[in-house]
Amino acid sequence: MTSATRTSPVWSAVGGNPVRLVFSPWPWRSLAYLLSGAVVGLVSLVGFFVTIGVGVVTTPLIIGLFILGSLPKLGAMIAVVERRRLPFVLGDAAAPEPSDTPWWRTPRDAASWRALGYAVLLALVLWVVDLLVAVLVVTFVVVSLLSPLLAHFDTVGMLWWQLDSTREAVPFAIIATPVGLVLGSYVLTVLAAAQSSLARILLSPREEELEARVTELRRSRIELVDAFETERKRIERDLHDGVQQRMVALTMLLGRAELDVPEGEGLALVRQAHSEAEAALADLREVVRGVHPRVLTDLGLGAAIREVADRMPIPVRVDVSLDERPPAQVEAAAYFVVSEGLANVAKHAQARSAAIHARRSGDSLVLVISDDGRGGATVGEGTGLSGLVTRLDALGGTLTVTSPVGGPTELRMESPWHVDR
Amino acid sequence: MARRPLRIVLAEDSALLREGLVGILERAGHEVVASATDADELVAAVRADPPDVVITDVRMPPGHSDEGLRAAAAIRREQPALPILVLSQYVADAYLPALMDSAGTAGIGYLLKDRVGRVADFLASLDQVVEGQTVVDPEVVRQLLARRSDDGPLAALTTREREVLALMAEGRTNGSIAEALFVSDAAVRKHVGSIFAKLDLGDDHDRRVSAVLTYLRG
Repeated sequence: MTSATRTSPVWSAVGGNPVRLVFSPWPWRSLAYLLSGAVVGLVSLVGFFVTIGVGVVTTPLIIGLFILGSLPKLGAMIAVVERRRLPFVLGDAAAPEPSDTPWWRTPRDAASWRALGYAVLLALVLWVVDLLVAVLVVTFVVVSLLSPLLAHFDTVGMLWWQLDSTREAVPFAIIATPVGLVLGSYVLTVLAAAQSSLARILLSPREEELEARVTELRRSRIELVDAFETERKRIERDLHDGVQQRMVALTMLLGRAELDVPEGEGLALVRQAHSEAEAALADLREVVRGVHPRVLTDLGLGAAIREVADRMPIPVRVDVSLDERPPAQVEAAAYFVVSEGLANVAKHAQARSAAIHARRSGDSLVLVISDDGRGGATVGEGTGLSGLVTRLDALGGTLTVTSPVGGPTELRMESPWHVDR
Repeated sequence: MARRPLRIVLAEDSALLREGLVGILERAGHEVVASATDADELVAAVRADPPDVVITDVRMPPGHSDEGLRAAAAIRREQPALPILVLSQYVADAYLPALMDSAGTAGIGYLLKDRVGRVADFLASLDQVVEGQTVVDPEVVRQLLARRSDDGPLAALTTREREVLALMAEGRTNGSIAEALFVSDAAVRKHVGSIFAKLDLGDDHDRRVSAVLTYLRG
């Protein structure tokens, strides 16, 4: 039993003060749970009986096989009803829905088979026990309470006791009714709690299934990062092969025009157009590099980081020693961390110098950007770093900033070297 | 300097740029004897009929990464004296070592494509490469200059000497360096001598290029 089961209110009530239990709503809730369970179980039994019966009879007509094949769906349907009943006893500790798929599209997985097993158990055993216990307890309490009255008319047989007259029955009623109430409350509540806990365990997704879902979630996030990366590369390629080429061709044309146009106002305009085209080309180059640097794709992280560092107005020491290239997503994330980190250093840190270290540590890539600036930096607050945190998170990596006021600032990225799917 | 008509093999996969380049080169009186659209074609064309100079794009099919550079290196291994001018769309000095290390020193140029639009400068750079000089794009040189090396042979140079070296890397003559830095020719000669001494480069005529290369590798 998991800790969630023990901490559920019904179990706390069972373990608590017996007087309080009797006067709490739990015995009544439990009784309602057991009686409704008996109804569900009886209906389930009929459902199974009819389904299997019709299925077996019509098996020669093939259709019977399909009817028998629908048994897991019947189990799933019963499981849906049972899950609805659970919060009545277990409260918040009830079973979560194992998936968003409706019962009529039940997958043939372990959870479905467990649900079917529970449904069969409910239909064959549980409901009978529920009904028996509920009826016994209620009957005992009611009869012992009314025994003085009943004994007046006829002999009342209660378990081991034989009550022949009201005189005999009054002391019995005085003792047996409270005892029956307390014991009955316990029996009902414990049975309801135990059964609902069993249902919770059988109808909950197991840990490995949760793990599978987490893995799937992770994979979909990595796929998202991949798609993002692919899109960046596509935009870079489109800009490079399209707009940039045309701009270069345009500057060549303007260059030739400068040679052919005679001196005068026309030539001045052509020269001006040429300068503008060159400026636009320079801007475009910056944009393309920001989208996805070609050097990163061609020559890897070290070369790309050195290039960013070279463009910084302050000296940046680059120490990147990687024996092989990490996967493209990790490389890209690392590059953008450096690019964004150094941009922040230039903008806010008032640093005199900075340093970048990247190395492989076991199965991780560790990258540290440090500066000797004034400190006081945080991730978030509109820096481009918050987006990178999300991106790293998807890869299973982290980004941490250590930046006491007065400096120095250290930005540390850690990412798994391999991106598991 | 007197220009002579050059026989050129041109490798550029974009038809638009190829036409532009051919237009500029032919207007200057040169002859484009073959134009290749991928690296293999380039190597084959040079083998079939060795030209005076090769002009190639860095990025070429099929991989669209640095096939042009690799083709240039392969060509230089076969014909070490053949001048090669590499055109790039990026200001990335990271491509330089691959070019310089595998392709030797003299007669190598690395220019940004934007530079081609400045037709006169581009043609002058082409001539310098053909004459066996090393020409590196000013933008790339500026980037290299920004890189501070704490160690290595360049650490011994003064700021002014670095400036002179940077201009040498662009393929400039002493006269043009003097003009750019507003100093006398004699001062430039003094700086150049000092650079050669500090970089411990013998007395051979090729030392100007060697100095530049040391700089680029620094």
